[in-house]
Amino acid sequence: MGIHIRNGHLIDPANQVDKKVDLFIEHGKVAAIGKAPAGFKAEQLIDASDRLVIPGIIDLQARLREPGLEYKATIKSETRAAAASGITTLCLPPDTNPIIDTPAVIELIHRRNEAAACAEIVTLGALTKGLAGDEISEMYELKRAGCVGVSNARAPIANTLVIRRAMEYAANFGLTIFLNAEDHSLSHKGCAHEGAISTRLGLPSIPEAAETMAVARLLMLVEQTGVRAHFCQLSTAKAVQMIHRAQYDGLAVTADVTAHHLYLTEMDIGYFDSNCHVMPPLRSQRDKAGLRQGLVEGTLNAICSDHQPHELDAKLAPFCESEAGISGLDTLLPLALRLADELDLKRSDVIARLTQYPAQILGLKTGQLAVGRQADICIFDPQQHWTVNHDNLVSQGKNSPFLGWEMKGRVSHTLLAGQVVFQR
Amino acid sequence: MKQQDIQLDSQGRLRHFLTIEGLKKQILIDILDTAENFSTVGTRNVKKVPLLRGKTIANLFFEPSTRTRTTFELAAKRLSADVINMNISTSSTTKGESLLDMLRNLEAMQCDMFVVRHGSSGAAHFFAKHVAPHISIINGGDGSHAHPTQGMLDMFTIRRHKPDFTALRVAVVGDILHSRVARSQIHALNTLGVPEVRVIGPRTLIPAEAESLGVHIYHDMQQGLKGVDVVIMLRLQRERMQGALLPSENEYYRTYGLSQKKLLLAKPDAIVMHPGPINRGVEIESAVADGPQSVILEQVTNGIAVRMAVMSMVLGRPSEETEAG
Repeated sequence: MGIHIRNGHLIDPANQVDKKVDLFIEHGKVAAIGKAPAGFKAEQLIDASDRLVIPGIIDLQARLREPGLEYKATIKSETRAAAASGITTLCLPPDTNPIIDTPAVIELIHRRNEAAACAEIVTLGALTKGLAGDEISEMYELKRAGCVGVSNARAPIANTLVIRRAMEYAANFGLTIFLNAEDHSLSHKGCAHEGAISTRLGLPSIPEAAETMAVARLLMLVEQTGVRAHFCQLSTAKAVQMIHRAQYDGLAVTADVTAHHLYLTEMDIGYFDSNCHVMPPLRSQRDKAGLRQGLVEGTLNAICSDHQPHELDAKLAPFCESEAGISGLDTLLPLALRLADELDLKRSDVIARLTQYPAQILGLKTGQLAVGRQADICIFDPQQHWTVNHDNLVSQGKNSPFLGWEMKGRVSHTLLAGQVVFQR
Repeated sequence: MKQQDIQLDSQGRLRHFLTIEGLKKQILIDILDTAENFSTVGTRNVKKVPLLRGKTIANLFFEPSTRTRTTFELAAKRLSADVINMNISTSSTTKGESLLDMLRNLEAMQCDMFVVRHGSSGAAHFFAKHVAPHISIINGGDGSHAHPTQGMLDMFTIRRHKPDFTALRVAVVGDILHSRVARSQIHALNTLGVPEVRVIGPRTLIPAEAESLGVHIYHDMQQGLKGVDVVIMLRLQRERMQGALLPSENEYYRTYGLSQKKLLLAKPDAIVMHPGPINRGVEIESAVADGPQSVILEQVTNGIAVRMAVMSMVLGRPSEETEAG
């Protein structure tokens, strides 16, 4: 089955390609770029005139709610939503139910993924057994079963010695450790950034130090243990500076930021908009500027959705009692694209933060489109405008703070391993 | 300009009363003036006016309260409304029934107004956002966010003693961090034109960026009380002694309790207020609470008139359709 993508503008940052060129797909792989290979027969022709052709997007953090919370969303519903948004790889954190701390759970997820093959799911294994923060998990077994890294998700590890041992053990097997930096004593029962808005609304608050304290503590241990570490969803300007410094000092650390933290601040809570209840919380204007700066400078290597779909009831409660999280798959690409207009970033720099760098962080061969690579491809019209509403969100979760926002850039085709899994 | 504030109807009149923040000065003055008219009802032989006859008001208290609930109940009854009280313990609401389900059930009882007290900030806004359009919500206190009728009854009490808000220095003392009363008072004082609002308390009980509320912050009570016209003491919740906010009641009393000696620093004719219930010897000395400068019991009496004013303004509006036509 050959596919000819004709007349599209290919942006492949990993291979410094940014030009109009044809793409030929065969046997699930990129067969040729530019001229058709000898004997190529196109069963399908995709006209990509006025479209951009990029590697399939790799989302560093998405919760699909399966297994465990299938009433919110399923692997089927969310991989479909991913495909509709040009996302071909989803990285699933271990806090499913059951928790990803045994090979059996990983096999279960992969089996269900095969049955609903619109996007590829990769998993992070639990860093500690049951995410309880007491005993390190069987990381070797988890790696053998296919985990691309280990993480304790947002569950606390109070004991610093456990973190140190876990880092050493992960380093032993060459596993990257994914860290959500939060000092749970400081964040306590908070649900909004500690600042003018939490003060005005009387909301229990989470200080900046809840993140920076944890980053500082973790960086010291990363330095000592030599583990490769990735910091997930940073929310403060200060933490970005600390990571910047650590990278300058030569530590093997990377970091990502969510699309919503690049656009929203505590102000967007307004009068208790529960769609803005998210962890880590939306921070100050200054933090947002710092995150954007970190993205431009390259301290923040990737943009992710931190997708957390919810059923409607989960957000129908007073702010702090509503469940935290944003349904982010549908808006990831258009929000990221807009950064090229608003910041000192080329379009290819933005694409790199959605494809090339997340692939490197996860140790995947995808995220680029050289000849011979797996043909995970996103084709979109960068000029098409659409307004986010309940009905056009493909994710089962409608909990988006961007409802009513006008977006630019809409996916027309998504290919996973050379198969068209979505077209609009 | 329409749809700007969930509290107002298309004519700019109060349809819910959720927070003082964002309300125009004139609305606050209207509440105070209306309350002034109602203040004599309680002294009459027949303590009733027929303004809200045939209306049903439900007190939905998700948090225990006696005084606030009682004054709301009295206010409604003096306006001739029918009142039902529901004490709903949040712990007993099973996970199956959401707040919204409960709201729908109560709507089915054909009430005209819900007075809501709830432990979560934003609960009153949540109810107002989701309630059927013919029902009004009055915030009887939500988390640490707002307690607007308390705020207004405090303004009423202040105005009775100090008629010119623009010539006042007011100090609010104690646990600002957790106090919905303080937030409502601060918004009211600022809107009514008080030039200097001070908050006094230890750093552990003053919220982040408190200056943004429009107040001056003092951590030294002696400094903060100098030359003020009104001293508002806040109740200190006993549970604040846990969780490393304060070391002991004793030390709190010594540093931030109002004694007769400290009161001498305020203006000689300063009044002392407290939203109650008082912890004698924790935030206030008995001699001050019962002394000549204290207006604490007046506040309780005024609470009824102010709540009557708010209820009658919200429920007594001519319907919008009638006016439009």
